[in-house]
Amino acid sequence: MADSDEPMVVEGGAGDGEWEGRWNHIQKFLERPGPFTHPDFEASSEALSGFHNIHVVDMDTIDLSNLNRQFLFRLKDVGQPKAEVAADFINTRIPGCCVVPHFKKIQDFDETFYRQFHIIVCGLDSVIARRWMNGMLLSLLVYEDGVVDPSSIIPLIDGGTEGFKGNARVILPGITACIDCTLELYPPQINFPMCTIASMPRLPEHCVEYVRMLLWPKDKPFGDTVGLDGDDPEHIKWVYQRSLERAAEFSITGVTYRLTQGVVKRIIPAVASTNAVIAAACATEVFKIASSAYAPLNNYMVFNDVDGLYTYTFEAERKDNCSACSQVPLDMRFSSSSTLQEVLDYLTESSYLQMKSPAITASVEGKNKTLYLQTVASIEQRTRPNLSKTLKELGLADGQELAVADVTTPQTMLFRLSFTS
Amino acid sequence: MAATKASKEQKYDRQLRLWGDHGQEVLENAHVCLINATASGTEILKNLVLPGIGAFTIIDGHTVLGEDVGNNFFLSQNSIGRNRAQAATELLQELNSDVSGNFVEESADQLLDNDPEFFHRFSIVIGVQLSESTRLRLGSVLWAVGVPFLVCWTYGLMGYMRLVVKEHTVIESHPDNALEDLRLDRPFSELTDHIQSYQLESMEKKDHSHTPWIVIIAKFLETWLTEHDGQPPKNYKEKEAFRQMIREGILKKENGVREDEENFEEAVKNVNTALNPTKVPSSVEDLFNSEQCTNITSQSAAFWVMLRAVKEFVLHEGKGCLPARGTIPDMISDSQRFINLQNVYRDKALQDAAAVAKHVESLLQTTGKTPETLSEKDIKLFCKNAAFLRVVHCRSLAEEYAVESVNKDEITSCMDSPDSEMVLYLMLRSVDRFYQQHSRYPGVYNYQVEEDISKLKLCVTSLLQEYNLNVSIKDDYIHEFCRYGAAEPHTVAAFLGGAAAQEVIKMVSHQFVPFNNTFIYNAMSQTSATYQL
Repeated sequence: MADSDEPMVVEGGAGDGEWEGRWNHIQKFLERPGPFTHPDFEASSEALSGFHNIHVVDMDTIDLSNLNRQFLFRLKDVGQPKAEVAADFINTRIPGCCVVPHFKKIQDFDETFYRQFHIIVCGLDSVIARRWMNGMLLSLLVYEDGVVDPSSIIPLIDGGTEGFKGNARVILPGITACIDCTLELYPPQINFPMCTIASMPRLPEHCVEYVRMLLWPKDKPFGDTVGLDGDDPEHIKWVYQRSLERAAEFSITGVTYRLTQGVVKRIIPAVASTNAVIAAACATEVFKIASSAYAPLNNYMVFNDVDGLYTYTFEAERKDNCSACSQVPLDMRFSSSSTLQEVLDYLTESSYLQMKSPAITASVEGKNKTLYLQTVASIEQRTRPNLSKTLKELGLADGQELAVADVTTPQTMLFRLSFTS
Repeated sequence: MAATKASKEQKYDRQLRLWGDHGQEVLENAHVCLINATASGTEILKNLVLPGIGAFTIIDGHTVLGEDVGNNFFLSQNSIGRNRAQAATELLQELNSDVSGNFVEESADQLLDNDPEFFHRFSIVIGVQLSESTRLRLGSVLWAVGVPFLVCWTYGLMGYMRLVVKEHTVIESHPDNALEDLRLDRPFSELTDHIQSYQLESMEKKDHSHTPWIVIIAKFLETWLTEHDGQPPKNYKEKEAFRQMIREGILKKENGVREDEENFEEAVKNVNTALNPTKVPSSVEDLFNSEQCTNITSQSAAFWVMLRAVKEFVLHEGKGCLPARGTIPDMISDSQRFINLQNVYRDKALQDAAAVAKHVESLLQTTGKTPETLSEKDIKLFCKNAAFLRVVHCRSLAEEYAVESVNKDEITSCMDSPDSEMVLYLMLRSVDRFYQQHSRYPGVYNYQVEEDISKLKLCVTSLLQEYNLNVSIKDDYIHEFCRYGAAEPHTVAAFLGGAAAQEVIKMVSHQFVPFNNTFIYNAMSQTSATYQL
């Protein structure tokens, strides 16, 4: 987004990519006062005429299966980075627009990057990524005497879809409910039990999971170090054949190539229409917030057009003890004879934390001590014995603060240990 | 040829998982008509071209203006001065080479004057930003020939859709939360026989712990029925007692502690749904009693012939039940037991479908239609979805607009909340009136905004009076609608574009259920409502 100090002015004349009447439709909302406008709104002819500077971050490349809905891409673009092709298309189609692409993961950038923006809009494909972005914007908040400095707030508009269902939400970090406040709205993915996959398949999906999880690592069909690549048709073909064999063994019908690919890649069906609806709703919110023309969505809308069209709009509430946005270190209650493994299980299994591979650090006798860290093999090995030790044995005291780092949040989370016995 | 088919399967993979190859085929044989390539129109078409609609034809007599390019992604600066249908067709066409794009450089009114039958060829007509008179003219032509008509209008921060179709049948409605068809309250003989083959008391632990919960509930239900005079558990107390009975059936270890038998836990959890009485849903009963089902003629659509056949089945072989659906949910069980149980239900479904097919055959014979018109596949699909069949009847525009048949009750009761979306509908109808009187929309130019407020208010009053609607509309809305100046902001047009396109896909594919019949979207509050007007 452009520098906040300078309002963007409508400029006339054909020379600079403008033409007469270009802003007619939008001007009515920016230049005319009205009964429903936001109290902060000031109608004027010197107003935003379009979003001139937009940055796009996307780590993906274009796939053929994207073309049924991702309208900025064409057949010739398959294989190219999405961010770059999208930027190109828009900059060509919309004169004066300057989209800057970044063929990167959102986690490749730090706070100096994100701080420059007025608004962040997300169309991410995982809860982890959402939580990370959520955490990043929370980490930018500046507090003065326990009150948030409004100029440090960067609104986050988040949209997501699955088939014919979708949702759009507005998050004002530090003010409204954040992603983690409503983690229960994203229930964890359910995987099939291992015994079903290994010895008691009943559904075609079980057969595919057997091949993916057990047979592939055993047979290593494309080489010792070659992992299953859901995007490689040869790999899927191999899985499909073996799944058919597995299914035949148990008289299970229904294994198809499409089903196989769907299970391996965890494919979620998608259409142009639902994405258009949610993207439009998000864009409307961006417009409202950027122009102050109307009060933004407060703060969550769900959409479903399986049967007629259904929307439900509600205010998701902040959680006082939210793992991400509440300022207070979270309470953690364990008996002093509980093991570190139990603490680890709590961090990964509790529905409101849902961490992936947390690293736990504590300050013991004035020194920072890594109690357990999974993501670096050598440290994992060294700290693994700690998992079976009790909290007392590890030298932890009642009221002690534990720092936990995890891929779900860019900032370390603080917990306060309370011994129950 | 094979390469194109394979790449189409890949391209459309994500949507084929929703409406299947058969749904895609219907889509690819459809030809939709869009009237007016405004932002709303092109956004709707974008969401039809991307999924591979067979063909589209844009009818638009307008010349592209600067303001059109300002809110329309499918027009560019060098479209200015050209016909809007032609310019938009170019940029929409390049979204998908599988689709055939056409345009007619005339207004809808001109076509209605000179060649109304031009519209008969389309699978559906989408009319965008239409004046009331054009809307009503089109509505009447299309109603007479049974071509569905979708009216769309983006007006300021409001989106409006109206579906006009006399009768639309849906076999595959894909309900979100369908009840299972387990027949535990009225087991068919093959199911009873199968259940009888189990002796829970004499099973080894491994088998006992991997017996499907359907069998468990069936077994305990048998016992309950003999102990309760043939009456199944009915109220909460009885169901609790029944659950307890099942819990008691969990194997015990030598020390008396209960084993971990997840299948029994599943059984307990599923008691409520398992005891749901098997019956024909009232919605399906209503369809059985409808005129189209009662009077099958050689003109009857396949849907009604199959429905009548199912009705006959219910009265005869089905003994009051619909044909068995044939599916069971996954449950803890060893493979063999699950597959065997599943096959019992599957075979029953096949049997029932065959019986229905016989009724179809005799119906076709008596009405002089050839049996090839309905394949075994069609009949099986119909039977599988028998409990979820839906028929949508939307009133005509004429009925909605006529004083004698206006839906006063709905409008008045909704207006009990003066900020409900219904007020937006009434404002749109008032704006129609304004246009009729002044040949323009209110507040288009800045200088008009103030003076048009009182003029629009007069239209509101006359509308309410004409329809004898005892409701009041806040002045704020009248002011707001003048402020809008008939603007068509892109983000609102895009929302409507997605919503409308999906309704078109529903209409063409006959899968999923379309709305009935008025949809209002309020972009200001991000809320919406559906009314049957």
